[in-house]
Amino acid sequence: MPLLYPLVLSAALFGIGLYGVLARRNAVLMLLGVELMLNAVNLNLVAFDAWFADRIHTGQVLTLFTITLAAAEIGLGLAIVLALFRAVRTVDVDEVGVK
Amino acid sequence: MSATEVVFLLFAALAVGSALLAMTTSQLVHSALWLVVTLGAVAGCFVLMTAEFVAWVQVLVYVGSVVVLVIFALMLTRQQSTISAEVTGNRWTAAVLGLVAAVGLGATVVSGFHGERIEGRRIGTARSLGDALFNDWVLPFEILSGVLLAALVGAIVISRSGTER
Repeated sequence: MPLLYPLVLSAALFGIGLYGVLARRNAVLMLLGVELMLNAVNLNLVAFDAWFADRIHTGQVLTLFTITLAAAEIGLGLAIVLALFRAVRTVDVDEVGVK
Repeated sequence: MSATEVVFLLFAALAVGSALLAMTTSQLVHSALWLVVTLGAVAGCFVLMTAEFVAWVQVLVYVGSVVVLVIFALMLTRQQSTISAEVTGNRWTAAVLGLVAAVGLGATVVSGFHGERIEGRRIGTARSLGDALFNDWVLPFEILSGVLLAALVGAIVISRSGTER
């Protein structure tokens, strides 16, 4: 398989995720965009690991670490969003600064 | 073009299409469900790149827990009056920036790695990955468990602090 297939797919997913983070009004859906960007990074790591045929599987082990960090990030992020919702009764990022 | 490449391209098209839908649909829960399709397609890509263990971790952690967490959060923060459009006013700026990022990264990798091929000489089975993880990556692994514990405690503290006052 050409190495370019996963790399270009990863670039496309990263761009879509960036759009989601910047354009979404709902704070929870912004976090979904962050998850998508992290997944694009994972795709890159796995592709380079398979290409390099690394003995200690650096790319795939780092992918496992990234997945763990993404889980930690989404847990903390959602806790912050819930605290925000309790404080101002909205998760709309355009209105949060106004209230 | 081999069968692997055809299947990979199908998964890639599925991932990009469902990611676009997840980021643009105005239905909140649909967005999370389209993200499940994206993450599943990426897991399929992992399998085709001989990373089978990572693919199963992706399915377990992302599809199994992260998306469920997000759906819970969406339900808990449901507002009574959702009259507003689901995108901010600067959506065109965001679209341009996303496009620039994707095209820029794509052009970089195309100019840097065209002609390279993935041979799949070392398959990422649970055994080989476990060997690597517990022989060469023990210290980062332990630090990561500390990070995960800190994040867990932090999430609980942040969620609780509203109720005590």
